[in-house]
Amino acid sequence: MGFPLLSPSYCCGSQPSPPIFHGLLRFKPVTSLRKPSSQKRQLCQSGRASKILAYYGLTTPPYELDALEPYMSQRTLELHWGKHHRDYVDSLNKQLAKNPLYGHTMEELIKVTYNNGNPLPEFNNAAQVWNHDFFWESMQPGGGKLPQGGLLQQIEKDFDSFSNFRDKFVESAMTLFGSGWVWLVLRTEEKRLSVVRTSNAMCPLIWGDIPIIGLDMWEHAYYLDYKDDREKYINTFMDNLVSWHAATVRMLRAEAFVNLGEPKIPVA
Amino acid sequence: MALRAIAGKKTLTLGLGFGPRGAVAASCPGLGLRLRHVRGLVTFSLPDLPYDYGALEPAISGEIMQLHHQKHHQTYITNYNKALEQLEEAMAKGDSSKVVHLQSAIKFNGGGHINHSIFWQNLKPANEGGGEPPHGSLGWAIDTDYGSVEALVQKMNAEGAALQGSGWVWLALDKEMKKLKVETTANQDPLVTKGANLVPLLGIDVWEHAYYLQYKNVRPDYLKNVWKVMNWKYASEVYEKEVA
Repeated sequence: MGFPLLSPSYCCGSQPSPPIFHGLLRFKPVTSLRKPSSQKRQLCQSGRASKILAYYGLTTPPYELDALEPYMSQRTLELHWGKHHRDYVDSLNKQLAKNPLYGHTMEELIKVTYNNGNPLPEFNNAAQVWNHDFFWESMQPGGGKLPQGGLLQQIEKDFDSFSNFRDKFVESAMTLFGSGWVWLVLRTEEKRLSVVRTSNAMCPLIWGDIPIIGLDMWEHAYYLDYKDDREKYINTFMDNLVSWHAATVRMLRAEAFVNLGEPKIPVA
Repeated sequence: MALRAIAGKKTLTLGLGFGPRGAVAASCPGLGLRLRHVRGLVTFSLPDLPYDYGALEPAISGEIMQLHHQKHHQTYITNYNKALEQLEEAMAKGDSSKVVHLQSAIKFNGGGHINHSIFWQNLKPANEGGGEPPHGSLGWAIDTDYGSVEALVQKMNAEGAALQGSGWVWLALDKEMKKLKVETTANQDPLVTKGANLVPLLGIDVWEHAYYLQYKNVRPDYLKNVWKVMNWKYASEVYEKEVA
């Protein structure tokens, strides 16, 4: 189902970044574009410089492009995945061809290119690639309805009721200004679920939270099917598209990294 | 200033709600002002387009124009009015927290109203002069600052295509320096947020709703074609008024 959603080195509570991140800071990826460092020159001693190129493939949604009809049309999937998502991947690979960053999971790449608030040019593409991977996997044919078992209990605990959560999610999406995303995340510090909103390509991974569900609120996500009727799109997502199965799986993984204390999330 | 377009060619300051409240309706009876009073507060309504929805085809489809005008712009106005009413209430109560909280909604929806009001004036059907390149002082200024109209168009298109997310690309006049500038703004931020001296001459909406139904993800094609219905005459008028 695409890339692993969480890598252990990133999600153990707060801090230490994996060693490779520090290694990169030593290499100072941005400036090393300008001139080869002495370390790089040493690697080239054997003659022709051999460079490892990072490469990310376009992952396909876990269903056929028409499988979400009539709630999300095949035409939308063809454009949204086949053009927008593909463009982000192609652009990212083109950028990385001139950049020593390689060997990262997408989650790591997003954090590295976010560069603590001073994003590198690769950030936008990397984040949007991940966001869209996550988005396809947040939906399924026959989606919607209610979560069950442990996830439902956790939602009821953190929002008082499922319908409260649903209202909050819808309201958050409706009041988003401009392009962005709406998420159900597990806040790693507060150890509770929360609805958050991000602009443009921003992703809650940046501040260490664990996304459980993501909804694309860029206009290209819904305009062909719903025109300006965002409310209908959002409600359709909640009623017919959202994959509580995927959300449960993600919660189970999240539980491995975040101790929620009593009561633990019961296995679904 | 950007706000001048809101009231069309009529009085300029009324759009800002200056002056005694009662005077507005009294001095301008009949149509054209797009203002109305609710409990003394100046609120806004949707300006008519100076052309039919289909008149900008094939550059911009009638479907898009209708949705863009009747749905998107109207929504900005509705929400702007709502925010202004809430602001008035909060100010009367001295509720500073609420006043500050409302600023983002005012900026977004008010900006949306400002920007789209300018945008409708920036467009003109091809058979009414849309797309005709600028003559006179604006034409010379463009040649001076950019070499040619084509070069300016290329620059604006490049900036418009590169804009991440939603926003606008502007041809601006810095009225202090008397120089032309190409600027972009994010979301519905009006041009003035990029500089108090900037006057919008032309703005191109690069929100996806402005082109998606027709051009899908190919924003560069939309940018190429929108110039065929660009109202350079309006830009020239604004320019000449400012540099005079």
